[in-house]
Amino acid sequence: MVENASDKPLTLAEKVWRDHVVVRGEDNEGQRSPDLLYIDLHLIHEVTSPQAFEGLRLAGRQVRRPDLTIATEDHNTPTLEIHKPIADPVSRIQVDTLRANCEEFGIRLHSLGDANQGIVHVVGPQLGLTQPGMTVVCGDSHTSTHGAFGSLAMGIGTSEVEHVLATQTLSLKPFKTMAVTVNGTLRPGVSSKDIILAVIAKIGTGGGQGYVLEYRGTAIEQLSMEARMTICNMSIEAGARAGMVAPDETTFDYVKGRPHAPTGAEWDSAVEYWRSLRTDAGAEFDAEVVIDADQLEPFVTWGTNPGQGVSLSESVPAPTDFDDPVDRESAERALEYMDLQPGTPMKDIRVDTVFLGSCTNSRLEDLRSAAEILRGREKDPQVRMIVVPGSAQVRLEAEAEGLDQVFKDFGAEWRFAGCSMCLGMNPDQLAPGERCASTSNRNFEGRQGKGGRTHLVSPVVAAATAIRGTLSAPADVLLPEPTPA
Amino acid sequence: MEPFITHTGTGVPLRQSNVDTDQIIPAVFLKRITKTGFEDALFYAWRKNPDFVLNQEAYKNGTVLVAGPDFGTGSSREHAVWALRDYGFKVVISSRFADIFYSNAAKQGLLAAKVAQPDVELIWKELETDPTTEISVDLESRTVRCGTVDTTFDIDNYTRWRLMEGLDDISLTLRQDEAITAFEAHRPGLKPTTLPAKV
Ligand code: SF4
Repeated sequence: MVENASDKPLTLAEKVWRDHVVVRGEDNEGQRSPDLLYIDLHLIHEVTSPQAFEGLRLAGRQVRRPDLTIATEDHNTPTLEIHKPIADPVSRIQVDTLRANCEEFGIRLHSLGDANQGIVHVVGPQLGLTQPGMTVVCGDSHTSTHGAFGSLAMGIGTSEVEHVLATQTLSLKPFKTMAVTVNGTLRPGVSSKDIILAVIAKIGTGGGQGYVLEYRGTAIEQLSMEARMTICNMSIEAGARAGMVAPDETTFDYVKGRPHAPTGAEWDSAVEYWRSLRTDAGAEFDAEVVIDADQLEPFVTWGTNPGQGVSLSESVPAPTDFDDPVDRESAERALEYMDLQPGTPMKDIRVDTVFLGSCTNSRLEDLRSAAEILRGREKDPQVRMIVVPGSAQVRLEAEAEGLDQVFKDFGAEWRFAGCSMCLGMNPDQLAPGERCASTSNRNFEGRQGKGGRTHLVSPVVAAATAIRGTLSAPADVLLPEPTPA
Repeated sequence: MEPFITHTGTGVPLRQSNVDTDQIIPAVFLKRITKTGFEDALFYAWRKNPDFVLNQEAYKNGTVLVAGPDFGTGSSREHAVWALRDYGFKVVISSRFADIFYSNAAKQGLLAAKVAQPDVELIWKELETDPTTEISVDLESRTVRCGTVDTTFDIDNYTRWRLMEGLDDISLTLRQDEAITAFEAHRPGLKPTTLPAKV
């Protein structure tokens, strides 16, 4: 794919790729060597960068483009008492190392306490640094989030971080393209998180391997930028290299006026270019998946990978429901780890903790939609609920709207920004055996704390679950009980 | 990265097949923030055994590791190569290497030389009979000499060229510096920059 023939219809991903090729790979006995691609934006955080900077130092190299690089502290940062030194020594060393490296190499850093500190994938879009048609990389698999703007955004490893720091380029092998077409309109109470969970359940956690997914169709067009980011964020959970949505008026409106958005005449020419970033009529995808949004219900996972999910109105499946022996065995293991019995209605499952946060669902719109459901209601007394805004800026905006008060009145804990309980690198962790409804993206064994059990849900399902104490749909708390006929 | 042309040193016979990356360096060491200083982590578990080859005075300062088949299987961790390099190894000899280990090694200038197993057995014997026997590895002629053993090793042309030129991934890309600079000259000016910060 990615041919140079100018008249060949191209997909969105191929166009962005084409516009960033510095050196084209050579054909070698039928195999194409990788293309060298230019990187427009490099995001950095404390966990995957230390050895990259050390590598530069050892080789006596500089950062080629500090002005295309930005760092934030997120994975290790505490969400309580952020003015105190970080208690865990490993976390503190990583954060201190990032600070020293950014200072040494002249990289802009948003530290704990700064208004633009927060999860790296929330900060980029919020500053207007993520724009359509860019190449964006970060040493973090959920970099796919930025694809919501119609940019090609990929997670990379530490040696690639060093490579990008030194050269502002990356050698990349060609990818395949998959269209994920979502037709129809979402019903009330159903959100973009349910779309992506349904997609992953359909194609499997390896179904996207080697592909860049392009989400399209009426349901995607109707989504806000925040909702599109949620979908692209989880592309990686389907094994995909990246996920993208073609930029449109919704995208332009979101970018416009942000600190690093183009202005004046530059804005106009930017929008003109951005409008060209659509898959051409007649362009061919290597694969296609179709989902009907009208049919979707709130979705929830029962197992230990994001592909093990069902509609909330369904029951825990039995291993014998799976034809494939590998799926059957992994279902068996997952049910044991999750301590679930086949046939249990999902809505009967009691949780101990509700986590609203992570780069999947911690933006203002996510907090608003959850608060809308909680407002004036009472939390189930046995449930603890933690709300962690994606960035300090989101926290401030939420407070300006009084959302913090809604959460506090409800009985939830209102925290400072970061990755928090999404991966439990800081003190926010599940206790062994604890069960959590989480708006994050990974339900792997022990992800949120050793022995913790995770059910992935949307923000509104998280809110409804916190009210009832069992996994619940928004409709379960909003509608009056049906009167018996 | 230092170019590798030829190396003469002492050999360490590691009579073990399937030396996986967890044996080379256990996962606990992945929490470190440095890229060097992993010498203490190399073969961490095995080194607790006083009989382990590296704990024997005669082999302590070896620079050529001679191992059984399927060396470096397991995870993709680059730390495995760092640990070998930091300990002082310049060459690892084995009849078969795991793919990822093999390419990681080339990136750090560590020569992974594929020598046929019967010859590996002969080298082991030489080194075990007299640990002071010199072993020399010549990348130019693709040969290994150790006592009475004089044999060749396999290495693909690209990896050999890279090692002889001393090129890591970044140096390779920096050879395209002109193309990168030319690309930058034509990048649209309206693309965002992080500096100066606008907040
Ligand atoms: S919120 Fe979770 S998934 Fe997102 S960047 Fe942080 S740790 Fe990774």
